[in-house]
Amino acid sequence: MRNTKGFMSFRAVTVLLLGAFTLIPLYAMVTAALKPLRDVQSTFTWWPSTLTVSPFVDMWTTVPLARYFGNSLVVSGLATLASVVLAVLAAFAVSRFSFRGRSIFTTTVLSTQMFPGVLFLLPLFLIFTNINSATGIQLVGSRLGLVITYLTFTLPFSIWMLVGYFDSIPRELDEAAMVDGCTPLGALWRVVLPAARPGVIAVAIYSFMTAWGEVLFASVMTNDSNRTLAVGLREYSTQTNVYWNQIMAASLVVSVPVVVGFLLAQKSFVAGVTAGAVK
Amino acid sequence: MTRRAFLAAASTCVLALGVAACSSSGGSTTSAGGATGADATLTYWASNQGTSLDNDKQVLTPVLDAFTKQTGVKVNLEVIGWNDLQTRIQTAITSGSGPDVLNIGNTWASSLQATGAFLPYDSAAMTAIGGPDKFVKAALDTGGMAGQDPTSVPLYGLAYGLYYNKAMFTAAGLQPPTTWEEMVTAAKKLTVPAKQEYGFSLAAGSYTENVHFAFINGSQNGGAWFDAAGKPTFTSDANVQGVLRYLDLMQTDKVVNPSNAQYDNGTKSVNDFAAGKVAMILNQNNADSSIVSNGMKSDAYGVVPFPSPSGGQKIATFIAGINLSVMKSTKNKDAALSFVKFMTSPETQKTLDKPFSALPVLQGETPVFTDNAEEAKTFQDIYATMSKPLPLVAAEDQFESTVGKAMNALFAKVATGGTVSATDVKTALQDAQDQVTAATGG
Amino acid sequence: MATSTSSATSSAPTAARTAAPSTAGAGTTRPRRRRGRATSRDHKLLPYLLLAPAVVMELLIHILPMLVGIWMSFVRLTKFFLANWSAAPWAGLGNYRLALDINSSIGAKLFQSFLVTIGFSVAAVVLSWGLGMAAAVALQQPFRGRGIVRTLFLVPYALPAYAGILTWNFMLQRDTGLINHVLADNLHLTGDRPFWLLGNNAFTSLVVVAVWRLWPFAFLTIMAGLQSVPTELYEAASVDGAGNLRSWRSITLPSLRPVNIVLVLVLFLWTFSDFNTPYVLFGTAQPPAGDLVSFHIYNASFLTWNFGIGAAMSVLLLLFLMVLTAAYLVVTNRRSSRA
Repeated sequence: MRNTKGFMSFRAVTVLLLGAFTLIPLYAMVTAALKPLRDVQSTFTWWPSTLTVSPFVDMWTTVPLARYFGNSLVVSGLATLASVVLAVLAAFAVSRFSFRGRSIFTTTVLSTQMFPGVLFLLPLFLIFTNINSATGIQLVGSRLGLVITYLTFTLPFSIWMLVGYFDSIPRELDEAAMVDGCTPLGALWRVVLPAARPGVIAVAIYSFMTAWGEVLFASVMTNDSNRTLAVGLREYSTQTNVYWNQIMAASLVVSVPVVVGFLLAQKSFVAGVTAGAVK
Repeated sequence: MTRRAFLAAASTCVLALGVAACSSSGGSTTSAGGATGADATLTYWASNQGTSLDNDKQVLTPVLDAFTKQTGVKVNLEVIGWNDLQTRIQTAITSGSGPDVLNIGNTWASSLQATGAFLPYDSAAMTAIGGPDKFVKAALDTGGMAGQDPTSVPLYGLAYGLYYNKAMFTAAGLQPPTTWEEMVTAAKKLTVPAKQEYGFSLAAGSYTENVHFAFINGSQNGGAWFDAAGKPTFTSDANVQGVLRYLDLMQTDKVVNPSNAQYDNGTKSVNDFAAGKVAMILNQNNADSSIVSNGMKSDAYGVVPFPSPSGGQKIATFIAGINLSVMKSTKNKDAALSFVKFMTSPETQKTLDKPFSALPVLQGETPVFTDNAEEAKTFQDIYATMSKPLPLVAAEDQFESTVGKAMNALFAKVATGGTVSATDVKTALQDAQDQVTAATGG
Repeated sequence: MATSTSSATSSAPTAARTAAPSTAGAGTTRPRRRRGRATSRDHKLLPYLLLAPAVVMELLIHILPMLVGIWMSFVRLTKFFLANWSAAPWAGLGNYRLALDINSSIGAKLFQSFLVTIGFSVAAVVLSWGLGMAAAVALQQPFRGRGIVRTLFLVPYALPAYAGILTWNFMLQRDTGLINHVLADNLHLTGDRPFWLLGNNAFTSLVVVAVWRLWPFAFLTIMAGLQSVPTELYEAASVDGAGNLRSWRSITLPSLRPVNIVLVLVLFLWTFSDFNTPYVLFGTAQPPAGDLVSFHIYNASFLTWNFGIGAAMSVLLLLFLMVLTAAYLVVTNRRSSRA
């Protein structure tokens, strides 16, 4: 796109409107996190009448936030890793090979994306319990169980999206690499993956955020010691009160590392182009 | 790199991932110990009764330690919020792997009994926990369907009361109401919409609160929600009029802020009450701690029974509370029963009733949940003489969800400017009844 | 050997795959080249090895639970049999009949929820995709502060879902919320404060909240796709005198095609089975206008303990989505092969 006047004003309007759409709820969060509970419960005001940082202090004791945060990082991280590795291998096979059963595989993967996740809850729980009694591997109430559960949501999409990204990378590139003596997997590693890096990052971010935000399965499959953040945040609403200000404060604090992670991922995002251009 | 080398590397990688995942599970494995015998370990799911899950834990831990000291049985405690408790119980029943002992809302007792997953307190089990006579009879009756061995016994007793703001009543020259009519008159006098002040706040968006008051108001009119054969009779005139009377607090009397239709749990009404925005709320006695934690002093409010219309039956509450059940799948039945006995012993009850604002479920005990003797007496009278149990039928849970949701919708209609007539109520209740019939296969 | 796939309509996914852009040559020539390569015996096993881990996981977490789910839909799985599934009586098509009978209150409510969900999905996908595309194009060229804006746009997506949705719930409160404060107190647009979580407004709220959470993802995905569009194409077009709008239509859109086809499809599938948004936004008090089908099924199963009918509803939903997806892929493929 050239920087014509029309484009510049389109850009200005887009950035302004979407910026406002994004920022206003964030502003509401930040101010709510800085208000005493009484003020949060009464009518909204743009400028807080009393500022306090006590929600940021109290939030650690109302709920064992640090532990939940650690659990979430472990679970989301492992789910992302597993999802990306499995999906890259599968997507490479689907995108670059012709083999018997390929269409069955892709159709099945796609249709599993359609079954409402809610109804997986009971069957999955039952299967996990049976695995537990048969093998002794505890899945219900363990982080591993949650990681596997989250593959339910992330794997089909990751495969699908990666097939799309791989397909948009010219086949000539990996063919050239193979002529140079690379094996197919060598071509995947040296050519396809670097060129599809933004896509892989997008898929990884998706997997991470899905696991990071999931509420329903986490509420059933976890207990005290391995509860994740998404569920843990609900504990700020108790029998006696809903601690809005602490929820907001906690949400803000736990989002900081994720936003920083995004920032870092962005660098790789841009690096993907350069790598692609060199090839 | 050769293809083979790469493949080997890749599969090692995958394998390593699997191993790592497995060992991480080993590290995080908890509870569910299958130990049997004297030094057994029980898993106990407690419901959220205190100001936070952590608060519950702090209250219960010393009590559980005392039990361990006494019997050598260890107890693994998990406190579960109300948002999650029902689904957790459902999945536990489904998989046959759950806690040994757990708290349930007593209104679910019959429905959970119907699953067959809970241990019936037959005469042997009942003896093991100290015999049926130690409990208040009405409370014990909530333990399951009539004519069957109960699958739960009462742990904490609760009852609804009408909380009123003393200062607001005095300023308006009002006495606490003794009939429905007096209550409405008082509420009208205390309602000043321009100042955002209302006579009443209701959790009109909470289906559980709504169904409780559908039941109570219907019962005040002499209505029943199920017949003797356990078939739903939602649409009787008494029930329709009872529901309408409750809706009319917002619709025709206009003493309730329409915004209350969004109040999906009782704490929002409590917030308004403590902030002096409303003069009256209906709440169970464990609202005491909420009110105080919201900054209202305990001498600033009074409690009277939720009044009936003149000529109506004097029913002010259902027999609310938390019951204690043992899962049939427990491997430590004896330990579980001795734990139930311990939890329902007079000493433990005295320790727990205060922090959890509960009424005694044992015969001959005096309430300790409040220092205010008058309030304590009021609640005990309500619990003992003006209460009726919710229907003790297997479909009770469906009654709660369908009728409660129907009332949510009716309140929403009123709040957004619509009108609700007796016919509308009847249609909505018929709808609810159809769903219950379909779900129970009748 | 290697018999699959040259016919684009033989299966839905093939259709999407061969709809890939023309950078690697037309879809019709590709399978031939691939077949040539796949005849090498060395590579015959390789694709299966690559797929194996994914297949094992798919079997465990999807196929098995799905089969259990389908079986559930044929039995009367009520609370009486939850502790002992095998004893649940066979219901045949009974659950389906009940769910599809529009004259019964269960069927009527399901149908209404279905309509609401379609409206919601379409609105949310169109808006999310549109906003994501606008932002990705606006940020395609470097400018001062681009990194900051890009990060900012991704923040709604980075917040835990629960926190983001709860913030909206907080803002949409009638008496104390930000939205009504702006409308009634700042702008004086409405005398009476409207309800945003009750009645028909609830639908609008649901769409806005879902779009707020979802559009950054569309933005991210499209942005990732744009990275692989060679800048030379734009340069060549501008030498030819093409304006920005035309470059967008003739270069950006076609290049993004494979990504877009999948993106729009998955956005639709997600919004259609969105659970978190209504669950957190409305809690247990969801209004009919916000009764999305996933949440409806959850309530039908878990609230009334009738898992048989919940499973039947899910299977119906699955069938509907499969037909729709197949149609979508056939249509998108036909259009691309005509181009």
